[in-house]
Amino acid sequence: MSALSRFLDSDFVYSFRRSPVAVVSAVVVLIIVLCAVFAPLVSPHDPFDLASISLLDSLKPPVFLPDGDWSFPLGSDDQGRDVFSSILYGTRISMIVAALAIGFSLVVGITVGLVAGYAGGAVDAVLMRIVDVQLTFPAILIALLVDGVVRAVLPPAAQDALQLDVIVFAIGISRWPQFARTVRGSTMIERGRDYVMAARVIGISSPRIMVSHILPNVLGPVLVIATLNLGLAVLDEATLSFLGVGLPPTQPSLGTLIRFGNNFLFSGEWWITIFPGLTLAAIVLSINLLGDWLRDALNPRLR
Amino acid sequence: MALLEVSQLCVEFPTRRGTLRALDNISFGIEPGEILGVVGESGAGKSLTGSAIIGLLEPPGRVASGQIIFDGKRIDNLDQEAMRAIRGRHIGAIFQDPLTTLDPLMSVGKQLIETMQTHLKLSDRDAKARAIQWLEEVGIPAASERVFAYPHQFSGGMRQRVVIALALCAEPRLVIADEPTTALDVSIQAQIITLMRRLAADHGTSIMLVTHDMGVIAETCDRVAVMYAGRIVEIGPVENVVRSPQHPYTEGLMGSIPSLEARVARLRQIDGAMPRLNAIPQGCAFNPRCTKVMDRCREERPDLLPAGTTEAACFLVQGGAR
Repeated sequence: MSALSRFLDSDFVYSFRRSPVAVVSAVVVLIIVLCAVFAPLVSPHDPFDLASISLLDSLKPPVFLPDGDWSFPLGSDDQGRDVFSSILYGTRISMIVAALAIGFSLVVGITVGLVAGYAGGAVDAVLMRIVDVQLTFPAILIALLVDGVVRAVLPPAAQDALQLDVIVFAIGISRWPQFARTVRGSTMIERGRDYVMAARVIGISSPRIMVSHILPNVLGPVLVIATLNLGLAVLDEATLSFLGVGLPPTQPSLGTLIRFGNNFLFSGEWWITIFPGLTLAAIVLSINLLGDWLRDALNPRLR
Repeated sequence: MALLEVSQLCVEFPTRRGTLRALDNISFGIEPGEILGVVGESGAGKSLTGSAIIGLLEPPGRVASGQIIFDGKRIDNLDQEAMRAIRGRHIGAIFQDPLTTLDPLMSVGKQLIETMQTHLKLSDRDAKARAIQWLEEVGIPAASERVFAYPHQFSGGMRQRVVIALALCAEPRLVIADEPTTALDVSIQAQIITLMRRLAADHGTSIMLVTHDMGVIAETCDRVAVMYAGRIVEIGPVENVVRSPQHPYTEGLMGSIPSLEARVARLRQIDGAMPRLNAIPQGCAFNPRCTKVMDRCREERPDLLPAGTTEAACFLVQGGAR
């Protein structure tokens, strides 16, 4: 309990409360995350339940337009699915993919960064050249490439089962170099500090020094980049799905919804694509603003 | 038998412009329970001697020749893994700046526990109990409440106490203390020195105390080694070296300690500066600054010669010239 009260009394929480942008972004992110987690409870329809979908309900406009009604608050698509419910489920999938992808990136990036920064020399040179090479390509290109290669390698049966894993891997592998670079830089600084020398003098093993002494001391900047990248990963997933190489229509993410809705944009049923688009924009914007605030809050020199 | 026996140790740094010899034929021993002081100007090789003993010379520095024998076993040629088992467990170290030697994000208790569990077989509970015991022993008030406090919650002097506990908690037989009081103010220095003396006596630990403070040496040590330009110029029991220094350099060091009684217009100092490693003069390295320089000193380099209970690397001690 005292840990909690100490946290609530910290500079970190103080600076959070003083920043309206951070509070609003956090509230938006929180609402979206809660809605996504509790999608089955919140949404009025189940877009996956074929029995409840009726073609008679197709292409209904949102509630505020003349023909709209409350059973489809944000309208329905050409199959008669509720757009609002689809968005909730879609956000859920988008968030899961982004979180897993960044988690994967973090594990790879932090490991590579710690080893490169701590070992130095040839190990560092080799690992960082890999990073450099990958950084010369746009992340989305790497993700597309990995996605394509993995799909070509996997047998068709495995492809369907592993669709989510493939996209998580593709996005994750496209974003780790940033983490590796940041961690490596900070590690090199920390390695020269006296407390690391002291730990070596005490006889603590190198892996242990890296994990229990250096890692906690380099996590600050990593946290900031992870937050900013989470927003970008949502966008990556949407882009891949929009291009049709991401998740299948049976597991519609925000990107998939936007892609399908796109076909109706010029025939007047704009709500099918605009609402998922707005949701996506809100998520990415909030996460980015939160990341910006976090960067400022964790850097005493910017305050 | 001596606990630590360093014989003819040379440490070299290969550089673009040739090899620099930073330690030149260093030989000394430390007996069990003994406190050996090592003094000298900045760059004389004091800290380097410490680093060489614990096997943590910064590359490209390396032991070029000589031996370091600890407890009857050679340790200068051990591999990293074998050396790691000795560091902390058998040879501990205390650094200059207590503000930076503790991990800022780990509680002091956890750092103590980690250190003990690295070297001793202890359950979590026993380790915690011993961590508290150690904090009490180094004089941290309310140790049981503060055991999981973070370094920034302690003052500088308290942090140095924690560092001392950290160096001693695996019960090493030798502690290398590299200027442990330099970063502290004078009243705290005295406390820390008293504490180290007491702990060394209680646990039978030998200490190699590196400092440039003759006052600290005089109060703390049993024996003292004076270093100049990578060599030991005088070594002997502390009373003898302080009261009747044999080497002109030691004499100069003693003479330059300011005294409260005698009012002088100008503080006494040794004229000139220590030579750089790539420009050590021929003969005795101290000859350009020495007030008693003879022709012979410019040609030949004196080895350590016995002069009563001490040894000094000076031709003056030979044949009762003094």
